[in-house]
Amino acid sequence: MFRNQYDTDVVTWSPQGRIHQVEYAMEAVKQGSTAVALKSNTHVVLATLNRADSELTSSLQKIFKVDDHLGIAASGLISDGRSLCKFMRSECLNHRYVYESAMPVTRLVREVADNAQVCTQRSWKRPYGVGLLVAGHDKSGPRLFYCCPSGNYYEYLAHAIGGRSQAARTYLERKHEEYPDASLDGLIGHALQALDQDFKELDEASLQPYIQALRDAEGGDGGGGADGAAPMES
Amino acid sequence: MFAKGPSHSTALGPGCAGPPLANPQNFGQAGPGAHEHGSHQPSCGAAPFAVDASMLRSAGSQPHKHTQSPYVTGSSVLGITYAGGVMLASDTLASYGSTKRYKSVQRLVKVNETTVLGAGGEISDLQYILNMLDDLSTEDYCADDGQSLSSQELYSYLSRVMYNRRNKMDPLWNSLLIAGLESGKPFLGSVNMIGVAFSDDHLATGFGSHLARPLFRKKHRPDMSEEEATALIREALEVCYYRDKQSINKFQIAKVTTAGGVSISDAFALPTKWEYQAFVDPTRDAVGVW
Amino acid sequence: MLAPPPFRLHTPASVGPANASSDNTRSRPAWSPYDDNGGTCVAVAGSDYCIVAASTRLSTGFSILTRDCSKLFKISEQVYIASAGFQGDVRALQKMLQTRNVMYEHIHRKPMSASALAQLLGNNLYYKRFFPYFTWNLCVGLDPEGKGSVYTYDPVGSFERVGFSCQGSGKDLIQPVLDNQLKAASPLVVPAKDWMSALPLEQAQDLVRDAFVSAGERDIYTGDSVEILTITKDGVNKEILDLKKD
Repeated sequence: MFRNQYDTDVVTWSPQGRIHQVEYAMEAVKQGSTAVALKSNTHVVLATLNRADSELTSSLQKIFKVDDHLGIAASGLISDGRSLCKFMRSECLNHRYVYESAMPVTRLVREVADNAQVCTQRSWKRPYGVGLLVAGHDKSGPRLFYCCPSGNYYEYLAHAIGGRSQAARTYLERKHEEYPDASLDGLIGHALQALDQDFKELDEASLQPYIQALRDAEGGDGGGGADGAAPMES
Repeated sequence: MFAKGPSHSTALGPGCAGPPLANPQNFGQAGPGAHEHGSHQPSCGAAPFAVDASMLRSAGSQPHKHTQSPYVTGSSVLGITYAGGVMLASDTLASYGSTKRYKSVQRLVKVNETTVLGAGGEISDLQYILNMLDDLSTEDYCADDGQSLSSQELYSYLSRVMYNRRNKMDPLWNSLLIAGLESGKPFLGSVNMIGVAFSDDHLATGFGSHLARPLFRKKHRPDMSEEEATALIREALEVCYYRDKQSINKFQIAKVTTAGGVSISDAFALPTKWEYQAFVDPTRDAVGVW
Repeated sequence: MLAPPPFRLHTPASVGPANASSDNTRSRPAWSPYDDNGGTCVAVAGSDYCIVAASTRLSTGFSILTRDCSKLFKISEQVYIASAGFQGDVRALQKMLQTRNVMYEHIHRKPMSASALAQLLGNNLYYKRFFPYFTWNLCVGLDPEGKGSVYTYDPVGSFERVGFSCQGSGKDLIQPVLDNQLKAASPLVVPAKDWMSALPLEQAQDLVRDAFVSAGERDIYTGDSVEILTITKDGVNKEILDLKKD
């Protein structure tokens, strides 16, 4: 992107009707690594590619538990993601304290989006530089949302964000008819394939049973592999 | 010591201390004539006045008052669960002390499609609680996601509201029953003015806890039919009416059922029997009284 | 049967008729933010188990509010608190501790240990000492060596780790029996002797059952039923024992 005179702050419109600072924040999401999420009629799965920057470091944690029924995957500025995660945790705890129940996913997503929106309309604030895939389970069943720095939020059946997420989205779109009836292991298989279609990067030992199952099936149908992950295990 | 003057002057308005114009008074100066040397002496020769600084500190408002005792009160609320539903009952009286002041006050209120609230105690506090519950319902409506608070969530919410107000030593002077369906199962909960909250399959507040609950304990079954439940609650209402001085023979019954959702009956009266000798001729054995 | 609290407790005013007429000479009891809802809690620590039990009756004055109101609260798989006293404060305290444990889990990725929770509970009771939680608490769990641990409190936050304890309305009836049966060494003995119960699990459970049945005979605030939890490294076993309903 190239600079122009209308992009120095978030409260200035460009003559084309754009707010460049917000668009830059949306670009920041693409700087992160891929995060994938998809849901069936019973489960939602979040997956991120955790690539270490060098041999000498660990990778960043990009999936966070918010509450027993809800988790997020972040891409972009992960520090902003942590800050939003903290906010979401406290909202969920407050809701549990007052109502003794899990916070509905839609309501929490709305709160987060409202928070992000404020940053797109105040001269002294900076929009968040992180995209969040919010996966949760409430009275209405499994839900999956994408919250972006602009303050918009969308509900998805399956979505991928972050750098090189186009390939993942293409995969998810191609297979989407299989998701609603998929098993948990099937969903995990789809998530892994969306992240990394030839499994070059997924060397984590705990993932190998899933990958092996996918290789065995080879058709790419997913299908049962290792034991299912417990809800909200991180 | 001199008597304190009025905290509010009719001439100066609320928040300002001082005499009314027509009848200036000395208020708490340190002795007769003490003000004559003071800066309070108006040059026009009128009686002195001063603005009470402590009153102004609260930005012109009256000092905050806490409820020390209730004014307009409702009496018992009864509640029982039964097969496929839950039922609340109360009369429609709001008393002002021993005066039957308002005789058609609805004390059973529909909160949302799965919950009713029944309240005893201070009626104005009930109205305040209903305003808060309205705000919650409005929030649910505006979110437009098809979700609303369940009866158990409202019960938990109200228990926090009542407890928080007791923590401020400014209680909402009510005993509440919350009735509804929680994922298809009847739910009945109780919250009182100091935040004691519990649920059971039959409950009663106020006098009802002494008069109605023994009946419930004897006759209530969670699997009773709606007809049986109605008969039981009418019996309990009758007993409460005979013995509770602050009740009238005008009742309502609210139901939440799996079949029909929330319904609140029109007010009705129960057949009563007062033909006991002592009622008919109370002075028979007490000659000379009337 | 309740020992006097370290602060003044008024008799609670009921939602009664208002004396709204000009007759101000009739006095009513002052409103009190407290009530005593009774109830008894017992905990016994063994070398590889911990028992915590509490009656389920909820009372006010001479009335029973409900026969089934649990006084035990699960903080995590291995840690429980048991609280008698004013039920409004009990709920507030339980919710606060639960919230704090969730926050702790988010940060540390493990639940609070019994000793951590014990300190947290003590701090919070002490913090509110000038408007106390009128609650009589036990904090119960297994320590890192797998031994039972019991912490016992007063309403304003003094606490102590003990081998067994009883709190609430049946305390005066049960505690001396526990002292006798569990052979507590005097705290004055030097060198200090182990206060852990030497009883095998089954005998300790029997003792707890007997304690509640006995307290139910004389204490009107203890009755209806008692929940008995046995915490071992293999998990938690819950037993509900019916008591007399009178």
